[in-house]
Order: sequence, then structure tokens, then C-alpha cells
Amino acid sequence: MLKIWSMKQKQQQDEAAATGGAKKKKVTAAQLRVQKDLSELSLGSTMKTNFPNPDDILNFTLTIEPDEGMYKGGRFIFDFKINQNFPHDPPKVKCTQKIYHPNIDLEGNVCLNILREDWKPVLNLNAVIVGLQFLFLEPNASDPLNKDAAEDLKANREGFKRNVRLSLGGGNVGKQTFDRVLK
Amino acid sequence: MDEATGTGLPNRPGAQRMRWKYLDNILTRHGPFTDPDWEPGEAAIEGLARAKLLGAGGLGCEILKNLALSGFQDIHVIDMDTIDVSNLNRQFLFRQADVGKYKAEVAAKFVEKRVKGVKITPYCGKIQDKDEEYYKQFAIIVCGLDSIEARRWINATLVGMVDDQDPDSMKPLIDGGTEGFKGQARVIFPTMTSCIECQLDMHAPRAAVPLCTLATIPRQPQHCIEWAHIIAWEEERKDITLDNDDPEHITWLYQKALTRAQEFNIPGVTYSMTQGVVKNIIPAIASTNAIVAASCCNEAFKLATSTNPFLGFPGTDNYMMYTGDESIYTYTFQHMKKSDCPVCGDDNIARPLQVDSDFTLQEFLDSLAERPEAQLKKPSIRSQEKSLYYQFPPDLREQTRPNLSKKLYELVQNGEEVVITDPAFPLTFKYKLVFK
Ligand SMILES: [Zn+2]
Repeated sequence: MLKIWSMKQKQQQDEAAATGGAKKKKVTAAQLRVQKDLSELSLGSTMKTNFPNPDDILNFTLTIEPDEGMYKGGRFIFDFKINQNFPHDPPKVKCTQKIYHPNIDLEGNVCLNILREDWKPVLNLNAVIVGLQFLFLEPNASDPLNKDAAEDLKANREGFKRNVRLSLGGGNVGKQTFDRVLK
Repeated sequence: MDEATGTGLPNRPGAQRMRWKYLDNILTRHGPFTDPDWEPGEAAIEGLARAKLLGAGGLGCEILKNLALSGFQDIHVIDMDTIDVSNLNRQFLFRQADVGKYKAEVAAKFVEKRVKGVKITPYCGKIQDKDEEYYKQFAIIVCGLDSIEARRWINATLVGMVDDQDPDSMKPLIDGGTEGFKGQARVIFPTMTSCIECQLDMHAPRAAVPLCTLATIPRQPQHCIEWAHIIAWEEERKDITLDNDDPEHITWLYQKALTRAQEFNIPGVTYSMTQGVVKNIIPAIASTNAIVAASCCNEAFKLATSTNPFLGFPGTDNYMMYTGDESIYTYTFQHMKKSDCPVCGDDNIARPLQVDSDFTLQEFLDSLAERPEAQLKKPSIRSQEKSLYYQFPPDLREQTRPNLSKKLYELVQNGEEVVITDPAFPLTFKYKLVFK
């Protein structure tokens, strides 16, 4: 072991200044990665973040206000929870409102491939927010999480659009009452 | 057992030492591969007996048995699990009567009884319960952890412990892991050789089933369990944090999954399958565990004794992979350290930086812009606890802006680590702020 240590000593000719007595608190790998990811977010004019506790960058919300498509005029809030195993684990993302969308269930679970089966550590938070934004432009009936909404979309696109408008205003679609999410 | 607390050699001389005859053959003479500086004999035997080792996690039975039979006499073991009936088929230190007891305690008692002179100190809990002070006491750490998260934690802890002034602060980490017929053994010298974080790409990501499949058309019993785990719990028990180790919670998920499986006519949901899916346990094959654990313990022996070259010596091979699912294949290679590794990368070891604690954060950041290695334009900076200043996103900038006019001593402690990133650079700067 001493041999290995002397190799290490040789490896580094760095000056080693004395450090203070404070207990070492390391910034975690997850925090570091999120910090990098945050600086690369392109939020544009339709998205903004909110950090309830600014010291905790692993938990925040993202507000999306689509400026085109059938969900235009809505304000959708997603809750991001990132654990210490990020980026090995994907962030946990949920919609905080009850909305009418084929790929989001009534509890706010989101069916987005890169949030589960297609997540890879090289993907970043920007990929996730782009994916979420896309869900509002192109709701997808083939990966349903809200079966009723998916069937409505498949059967009658115009009828589906009307349902979306109704739901955004806090109206009923079928048996469900949705949250009012208009700006 | 008390006379055998690791000091001296309670089993020598005499008949009892016969047990170690073959070990002694290795320890008392030079071989073709021994280090020329190494002295065989008494001192080597004693060194082995005195070396304090830590064994952690799922390969526990194998590792404990092997370490004890390799001549180590002061072994500590950490394991948070209790013994389940399903463990008895391969975890040979446990008996029917032990079901429900802590693995670490039962295993320690068993091995102490069978291998006279060995002292095993159990700790029933998580590796994360322990701090640097605890890990400092060991010569070598041997892990057979069952999750990537736990591996990353111990890895980051050991890398963070390395103090350039103290040779004793670098603890070799021997890590073993298996997945069915595949496995790997690797040795890491924290900060010197490729670490677990450098090697993260060697782990296949867990296969996840699309959420919509779980929600609409489950096909396998596991889908029903995942549904209970991810969807039903959130719907019905939102306010209770799911604890994978709480039997009541697992039972609840099991019942939910069973009901759902019946609706879809899917057979096969069991309690232990529920536990397995929820905790993401990969089915263990006893012999693969034995092979990998044996390899880890041999490396521990060679490392502790210098009798033979070992895996992981800086500049040589450090990773042995074993593949048994398609005939049999083993391959040993050198996994290179990554300079941009977030844990051990050269760019990421915190450099001591002398600062004036009366500086405001703004003044400090301005001074960084002038440092030749930094030259930062739009730095964001945090400590482990605090977001000190973020340039982006806007709401975080607004919330952290007031810190710019605060003095450094109000924001960080002397010696605390900060990390600085800048969108202009792929690098991260880590500094340990030392007050002038
Ligand atoms: Zn590394």
C-alpha cells in the first residue's frame, strides 16, 4: 500500500495547502449534474421554473404555457423530483393538475418514453422539458395513459379539441371534472 | 472469543495452526511473483491477521466466509437486511430458526463459531448510516452491494476521504456484483484509478416497461406489481412515503397487484416477487455469487499481504468481468479513469483556494474571472447545502441574487467545498475555500 501511495505522491506535484477544520460537505454528483443541466435549459417564452427552496435544486416545478396547438391558453404545472441517483435514474415528473390529455392520467402521471424506458444518463433535463412541451403540441393516442381521452382523439379529432377547450376551463368531459388551467 | 481480538496469533503454535498450513506456505516464502521488497514470514502473517476489513452487502455470506478462511481476523460487516425464507437456499450461514433476524448478526456469530480466532463485528443498517470516521478505520473495503445507488455512495465517500497528506486515508475498494450468470470484480484505488462513477456505463440501465403498458395492457405478473407500485400507491396512499423495507407496505402492494392480475387473468404474482420488483432485486444465482465473491476475497488477500500482484494496481488491469450465460468467458482489462468523472475526475477534486472571508460573493466571483485556469464569464456556484448564486434559470437567479452582496463567511464555512459551473465551459471547478 505504501508503494501505491508513493506513486500517488509522484502523480501530483500540486501544492497542498492546509484546509480549515470544517466538516467536509461535498456537493453530490446529482447536484453537480443538475447544476450543469439547469444552465443548459432553453425555456423560451413558454416555460418557466419555480424553486420553492432555492437551495434545493433537485425539487422544482416547471410551468408550460403552450403558444400553439390545442392546449394553447393553458398553464400546466409539472413537479420535478430528482433523486441522488440522477442521472442514472430519470427525474420523476408529474402534472400537478387534473387535466384531460391522452398521455397524462388523472393522477398526473406522464407517459413520455424518456421518463422511463428510454431514459439514458446522457439525456438531460432539457430533453425532458422539450418532450413535455411536445406532448401538448402532439398528443399521442397510441400510448394512452388516459384511455378515454385517447379514444376520443382517435375517434373524432374535432370532438377531442372541443373536449380539450372544455377541460381547460374547468369543465366536465364524460364523468370527470377537470381543473381550470386557463391563464 | 475475546482472546482473539485481532492482536497476536491466538492459534499459533500448535495443532490449530494446521488449518492455515497452505496459507502459511504462501506467507512464509518468496514466490515467482512476490514483490522483491516484501518480507515473508511472521510479520506477513501478523499483518494479515491485524488488517481490519469491512464487508458490505448482498454477497455477505460468501465474502465473510472467504475472508475468515483467508486468514483475516478482524472483520466488520454491514448489512441492513433480515433473513427471509427465500434466502436459505443459497445463503448458507442461515438456518430456518434465523428467519426474521438480522443477517449481519447471524452471519457474524456463525463464522466466529466455525473459524476460531476470527472476530466479526456486525452492524445492522445501511452503509449510509456511517461517516468518514467509521470508514477510516479499515484497511480495505470489500463490497457486494445490490444497488447502484449504494455503490455510488460508498465510492463517492471513499474518493472524498482521500487526504493528500495522509497515506492512510486512501482505502482500496474491492467491488463485486452479479446479475444472473454474469458478474464482475473490480478494485479501485480512490482518486488514483478509475472509480465506480467512471465505470457507470458498464451497468446496463434497468429495463423499464412503458407506463402506458402498465396502465392499460399488463401482460406479465411483474407489470401488475409495477402498476401497484407506481400508480395504485400514488392514487390511494399518496401521503405515506413508500418504504421498501416495511412488510406492511409490501403486503399492500402485493394485494393490489394480485387483484389486478386476477382481473387480467395473469398468474404468478407472489409476495417475494413483489418484494423483488419493488426493490429491483436481480435474481441471484448462488454459484455466480460464489465465483465473484471468491475473486474479490483473493484480491483482498493479495492486497493485504503483497504476496502476489493484484487486480487494480495503478496502471494495470482493474476490472474482471465474468460472463457465464453464453458458455463461459472472462475478460480482465484496464478501465481508464475519466478526467471528467464527476466524482474522481482531476477537474473535480476540490483544489484548496485561499480567499478573504471578508470578500462579498460578487467580489469572489469577480476574482475568479481573473484566475488564469478559470476565466469564468457567467459562473453559477453552490455548496452542498446552499445555492449561492445561479445565473440560470431566471427564478433561481432572482432568488440567489441577494447572496452576491453577502460576505463569504456568512455563506460558507472555512474549508467548505464549492462547485462552479459556467455554460461557456464543459468543465466544473471545485474549490475548497480556505479563509486567509
Ligand atoms: Zn471516477
